[in-house]
Amino acid sequence: MTANKTIITDFLVDQMQMPVDIAFWVEIVVVAAVYLGVFALLGLFLVWMERRAAAFFQQRLGPNRRGPAGLFQTIADALKLVSKEITGTEKRDKFLYTIAPYFVIVTALMALAVLPFSQELQAFDINLGVFFITSVSSVAVIGIFLAGWASNNKFSLLGGMRSGIQMISYELSIGMVIVAMTVLTGTLQLSEIISFQQEHGWSIWSGHIPAIIGFMIFMIAGTAESNRTPFDLVEAESELGSGYHSEYSGMNFAYYFLAEFVNMFIISAMVVILFFGGWLSPFGITDGIPYVGVFWFVFKTLGVVMLMMWFRWTFPRFRIDQLLTLEWKYLIPISMVNIVFMALVVWLGLTF
Amino acid sequence: MSYFGDIASATKTLISGMKITGRYFFVNFFTRKEIITVEYPDNIDTLKMFDRFRGEIVMYHDENNQHRCDACTMCEIACPNGSIEIIWDKAINEETGKPKKFLEEHIYHLEMCTMCGLCIEACPADAIMWGQNFHHATQDRSHLTKSLNQPGSSFIPGYKNPKK
Amino acid sequence: MGNQQFLADKIRTQEYHLNMGPQHPATHGVMRMVLKLDGEEIRDVEPVMGYIHRSIEKMSEHITYKQIIHLTDRLDYLSSHQNNEAVALLVEKATGIEVNDRIKVIRTIMSELSRIASHQLWWAVMGMDTGALTTFFYGFRDRELINDIFEETCGSRLTMNYSVIGGVRYDLHENFVKRVKDFIVHFRKKLPEYDQLLSNNVIFRKRTEGIGILTKEQVIAFGMNGPTARASGFVCDIRKKIPYSAYDRVHFEEIMATEGDAFARYKVRILEMWESMRIIEQLIDDIPEGEFKVKTKAVIKLPAGEHLQRVETARGDFGVYAISDGKKNPFRLKFRSPSFANMHGLNKMSEGTKIADLVVNFSTIDVVVPDIDR
Repeated sequence: MTANKTIITDFLVDQMQMPVDIAFWVEIVVVAAVYLGVFALLGLFLVWMERRAAAFFQQRLGPNRRGPAGLFQTIADALKLVSKEITGTEKRDKFLYTIAPYFVIVTALMALAVLPFSQELQAFDINLGVFFITSVSSVAVIGIFLAGWASNNKFSLLGGMRSGIQMISYELSIGMVIVAMTVLTGTLQLSEIISFQQEHGWSIWSGHIPAIIGFMIFMIAGTAESNRTPFDLVEAESELGSGYHSEYSGMNFAYYFLAEFVNMFIISAMVVILFFGGWLSPFGITDGIPYVGVFWFVFKTLGVVMLMMWFRWTFPRFRIDQLLTLEWKYLIPISMVNIVFMALVVWLGLTF
Repeated sequence: MSYFGDIASATKTLISGMKITGRYFFVNFFTRKEIITVEYPDNIDTLKMFDRFRGEIVMYHDENNQHRCDACTMCEIACPNGSIEIIWDKAINEETGKPKKFLEEHIYHLEMCTMCGLCIEACPADAIMWGQNFHHATQDRSHLTKSLNQPGSSFIPGYKNPKK
Repeated sequence: MGNQQFLADKIRTQEYHLNMGPQHPATHGVMRMVLKLDGEEIRDVEPVMGYIHRSIEKMSEHITYKQIIHLTDRLDYLSSHQNNEAVALLVEKATGIEVNDRIKVIRTIMSELSRIASHQLWWAVMGMDTGALTTFFYGFRDRELINDIFEETCGSRLTMNYSVIGGVRYDLHENFVKRVKDFIVHFRKKLPEYDQLLSNNVIFRKRTEGIGILTKEQVIAFGMNGPTARASGFVCDIRKKIPYSAYDRVHFEEIMATEGDAFARYKVRILEMWESMRIIEQLIDDIPEGEFKVKTKAVIKLPAGEHLQRVETARGDFGVYAISDGKKNPFRLKFRSPSFANMHGLNKMSEGTKIADLVVNFSTIDVVVPDIDR
């Protein structure tokens, strides 16, 4: 693999007189460090946003003491979690118990790497982008499942079992929606999907009816994928205490907590990329200016995140069999038909 | 068709629920008008409890540091939890020359009190009454055992309860 | 079917026990349920009580009747007024104290306000148990107004200790009538929100409809009562059957349902809130003038013998049964608490349901754990 011409390598090679190979590795480390930082801050910001939004839904004020509008509250919480002792049950499976959170956090971070924040700002433009995200984020279920198993707690175990059922089912309909959208855009590469939308308009517009159906299915399945109400059976506070992470404390718990929010961001980002034109501005008003796409991308993604929060603070939770009924009786047949429908639309040239 | 009919009616109910929460969200997001909570420690200066609020039992003292309690122990008898202990002594009344009870200390165990108000009802002289303070949290249980009569206080000479 | 039989023969599953509680978010306090589970399916539920037993009945044997009232606040703290009223009515009935109309009306209004407050809290928690966390705040928002009314008139928000022997502790506060009317106007607007947010929600309907069905016969056999039993078609409203206070002069309907499932129990309580508002509206406009407390003896002694008084709390039939030997304290006092009786239905309700259904069922029978243990 040779180094691509990027800003950082250019800078290192031209200005610092660094050999190309070393510059390549330095770039990787720098980018990874930046993404790690962004990831942590993003998670904390989303936690703050959730708490603040929840408060407004519930006629409360929410965190408003530390920093402007309570923005530093989650940082304080994170520092508290760092300082806490990591405990666990006596007879836990120590090895699995310890590695389980890393499955979740690492996969969330990996999926973040391919997101195109703007035309210029994408760490890793793999040509199987969408496929990469779905496959990587489906590994996260292993972390949750292991946590449920290794904790040696029946509540955790039930949570882990539920997560296995839920994630595997809902991955199917997510995959089918992606297939339908791939039929429209003709590519799996994220940057290509967006450049297709630059030409033809946002997919939700150019794909019209099948795209809207796909969007709705994706929102439902995506909410289920990120384990949020109404699909939070894995945690199900009123049933299982807190499910798979009952026995986790300190940073190990924080990993799960952050990963949940980052996963929510990734699902929302997928929605934005697939349906709402990624970093494209509405009507192309700022498409020429570099790096403004970051704003639009984050703005749209937070909009979808907001929608998921709206779901969470409105709906009751499903029961496990109803969850499966929804998936296998409604979402999968509809998304299967939707693929055919989309194919027909594209074949007959009915797209805009 | 009931399959699609189900989906449509289900979506309708979900949206009607989201309308409710959404309305509160947007009102609160832009105007904070529907916020129902209060920021408690901040509003401590303006916080006014209701007149009848039962925070604790206090003893009425007038400006001369005199109270109305003649140590009749009615409140001690009325209390179901033994929260009140009255220490009294007898002294010779100078006017009549007879021995008369006087209050040495009115001990109130706040930690045992259930705020039932039977003592206040039992008191024939209205010597004790409800106080509105509710900041009772302390580091030490012994702080909750209070002496209701202020140090150096005395009985209002010749006070007769109008109720009697 | 044959395939399933094959699997059942080949794959050996094992029932296991799960301790739900005493510290568990769904048990509404310190209640423990030993579940026998097969996967997620419930085979058996054994409620274990006694974690919050304070021996109130025994304590009552050593204190006077006036003092007993303040302990009844702590039984079912959400229906504290009705509990107070029960003891007060018992003593009044036994010693022949006649209370005037004003006292009766005040007691009735307070009872109905308590009932609404209790049902509001139940609704808030019911939503939370099914996973809709926002209902918790909406329920408490409206309950707060009632608590303010209580605090202004009675001095306390929860353990009101307002009914005393021969009347009520204080006269109504001057703002009382206005506040109650404001509340009813407010709540008539907000109660439809409850329906839109939760009752009509398709997820909630699926979670509650057809879950935990109890027939009328089962309900009677278990000695259940209150809204829980009325949802199965058992006519058991004490307010109708043995009217006390001012219930004989107001018009209201006994809310009934016949389905006997979790949603019927939910529906009955929601409709009861409407009905309670109707009762209050009938009384609030003309509260009779008069004393708020009639004169009683300083030391109250019950005539020797057995005495019983039943009232309808928010949970059902609350009974006070006293055996007196003519002294100023009872020889034996028994509280027949509705939560304890309703608890018995839980096992039958939960047969063959999932853990999630147990939480819903437990929520819809609306127990208050201190009322179970006493």
